Amino acid sequence: MTALLEVEAVSKRFGGVVANDTVSLGVGAGEIVGLIGPNGSGKTTLFNSIVGYHPIDGGSIRFRGREISKLRVPQIARLGLLRTFQQTRIYRRMTCLQNMLISVPDAPEGPIAMFARPADAAVERAEELLEFVGLYAKRRLRAGDLSFGQQKLLEFAMALMNEPTMLLLDEPTAGINPTLINGLIERLKRANADLGITLLVIEHNMRVIMNLAQRIYCLAHGELLAEGRPEEIRNDRRVVDAYLGAH
Amino acid sequence: MSPLARRLAPLLAIGAVALVAPMLLPAFKTQLSFLWIMVCFALTWDIMGGQMGYNSFGNVLFLGVGMYLCAVVQRDAGLGYFPGLFVGLALGAMLAVAVAAVLGSGILGLRGHYFAIGTLGLGIAAGEIASGWDYIGAGSGLVTPQYPGDVDTRKMLFYYSSFALAAATFLTLRHIYGGRFGLAINAIRDDEDKAEAMGLRTTRYKTMAWCVSAVFLGIAGGIVGNMIGFIDPRDVAFAGPTFGVWMVLMAILGGKGTLWGPVVGAVVFHVTQELFWTYLLGWQRVALGLLIVVVVLFFPLGILGWLRERRPELFGHRVDEADGGARP
Amino acid sequence: MSNLDLLIQAPVLSLQLLIDGILVGAVFALAAYGMALVWGVMNVINIAQGEFVMLGGYVALFVVQAGYHPALGVPAAAAVMFAVGWGLYRVVIYRVVDKDLFISLLATFGLSILLQQFANQVFGADVRTVDSGLGTRFLFGGMVTVAEIKLVAFAAAFLLGGCLVAFLRRSRLGQAIRATAQNARAARILGIDTDRVYAATFALNAAICGAAGALVIMTWIVHPYLGLVYTVRSFMIVVVAGLGNLAAVIAAALGLGAAENFAGFLLGAEYQAAFVFSLLVVILVFRNRRLGRQRKYLK
Repeated sequence: MTALLEVEAVSKRFGGVVANDTVSLGVGAGEIVGLIGPNGSGKTTLFNSIVGYHPIDGGSIRFRGREISKLRVPQIARLGLLRTFQQTRIYRRMTCLQNMLISVPDAPEGPIAMFARPADAAVERAEELLEFVGLYAKRRLRAGDLSFGQQKLLEFAMALMNEPTMLLLDEPTAGINPTLINGLIERLKRANADLGITLLVIEHNMRVIMNLAQRIYCLAHGELLAEGRPEEIRNDRRVVDAYLGAH
Repeated sequence: MSPLARRLAPLLAIGAVALVAPMLLPAFKTQLSFLWIMVCFALTWDIMGGQMGYNSFGNVLFLGVGMYLCAVVQRDAGLGYFPGLFVGLALGAMLAVAVAAVLGSGILGLRGHYFAIGTLGLGIAAGEIASGWDYIGAGSGLVTPQYPGDVDTRKMLFYYSSFALAAATFLTLRHIYGGRFGLAINAIRDDEDKAEAMGLRTTRYKTMAWCVSAVFLGIAGGIVGNMIGFIDPRDVAFAGPTFGVWMVLMAILGGKGTLWGPVVGAVVFHVTQELFWTYLLGWQRVALGLLIVVVVLFFPLGILGWLRERRPELFGHRVDEADGGARP
Repeated sequence: MSNLDLLIQAPVLSLQLLIDGILVGAVFALAAYGMALVWGVMNVINIAQGEFVMLGGYVALFVVQAGYHPALGVPAAAAVMFAVGWGLYRVVIYRVVDKDLFISLLATFGLSILLQQFANQVFGADVRTVDSGLGTRFLFGGMVTVAEIKLVAFAAAFLLGGCLVAFLRRSRLGQAIRATAQNARAARILGIDTDRVYAATFALNAAICGAAGALVIMTWIVHPYLGLVYTVRSFMIVVVAGLGNLAAVIAAALGLGAAENFAGFLLGAEYQAAFVFSLLVVILVFRNRRLGRQRKYLK
């Protein structure tokens, strides 16, 4: 299986605090991989490092074989590596449909393309994806007026609209009504299976991640603690201790 | 009435009124000309501040650049009045765009406060530099050439030029806001980091927005310079405390981030100013400061912004419950 | 011989410019520290900062015109501006403390215009100064001349700054201010009246600017349009020095004073203001570029 994302011995510190300490992980094309760990273990920091939010202090990050640790956020995004945010970020004063339309994949843009009307194909795809996440009826509503759960779905749809190769999801089910979580898991699986998008998912909800991921990495105190298939991780003493606090 | 006609009707009505206005109110030709210039000022500010969230306190830079270059061309190019004016306006606009394009990569990397204060500094610095540069008249400024004809025709010429400029600005903005450009700058306003994280070429769009402002302000500069007849570096060309501040106030008053807001704001502001100037005299500028504070504190949405909150359907926002959940 | 050649040929000229620049820089440091205080505690960038300085100058002018000793102008200006600052907080500023930055920026900008034009209308546009009655000193064997008042003002600026820092460190209100700056919510929970803290901070800032203004009118001049350039200077110094570092503020302020003086000499006095405003743009762009390389930007 070709490695799509290779994180090798990445370290990141903020002042005196070591957020990530020589963490290594890999995600193959087409996989769904989970990233778990107690609060403060450095999961979101790792995500931020991967997508270029801040520079890393050591190590290497390669996407499709290409070193990305020195690139800027928009450059990495244009290579096909996107992320969603824990706090869910969307364009609040634009309508859902507009949020989707501005998320079309990057294309060479001269002045003419910059002023062009959205293509019909793009509008159709936007509407399809909105329906995929169940927001079609709300497409003309301002995104800021949606409920939190709906905004999360919109953010997910926008990410799909961008046709990424790989998507980093930061706690996709946090704050979502438990009755809707199954629907979200289904959609994530379909995005992976039908659209071929590789997923790396940070999750706190064990049921979700055990159900969703094919492989799981566990971080604790900024270090990689364990790695393996869901059953292996579930039974790993070290993982249980990390969450419950070993004595 | 068909939807197309309904959309065009207000524009055509305004256009018709505008065309005959100088005949109906012949004593106010200059004030009416300035009304259209104000509309242009407010609209060009709104691209940056309202639609894109980049509050520029230095758009007056482009006004001054266009004004000076037009005057220099008229003075030195040796063309007749009309060719000189035409070429001057065109070159003034081009230079303004060039300035926006060149400065853009640096200045537009600044955000929030830093962009606002940085552009403030830019506008003032330009005025100070112009005040010392002898080639363009230094502190004494420049005088634009005499119009070869009678006063009345001159006023008509500049009235229709101002109106044409305002109309061109409005129609251009209306067009580009409906395309990818409009979506991009709104996304930058709502969450620039998110836009970057989605791969949007934000620098390109920010610079383009500034260039669009610059081109219309550059032309406005040439027209204003010729209307007033005399270009003072600090009080006319790079007039921060007057034009520069009015640009911001008018757009906010009318409702920033809407297409018609700046137009409404410009009309309300200009008419109010013309009416009260005679009563307030020197206190006018004190009142201006007070007005900014009051509007910003109590009425930050502006007229159309307030309307948009009350009646979002008028602006195209609604929940399509009639469609149910399924696509047709 | 160009001005640059003059400088190279006569190093004592450089010394003169440097000393004059550093002396004026101390006053810049005062205004900058006040701006940093308000920015750090209330997250408000006070565009009217320079106007507070300007008004302080006029208060000192009136004190002298009323027949009192010029030295009384400093405490008078501080007291009057403290009251003005408190009043402005209660009427305007309290409304923008927790709003988005555009609103607070525009509100203080409007205030700046209001105060500037008010001064223009009421005091007239003429340039004013106050004669301190002090003489000139000759330093370095008579080669460098320094107006005594400038030395006094320099010392006074440091004294005032020192008092302010001591106040913030030792007094209860000062501690409350610092606590609020670090974490307003925690401060409120612990019983600190943050609204009062904000009012006090803003008033203190106005007082500091007022005192600075009194020094300015005695050493140089004051006129209604003085404000903006002082605001820009303060902003530049804070951007370069950062919010928490007093030593850096002083260093940056003295450096700016010296740089301005040299620029005024080399480029001509009419370009000195252009230098200040252009420098602002340059500093902002370069600072931002440098942060950009670390994938950050000025916040």
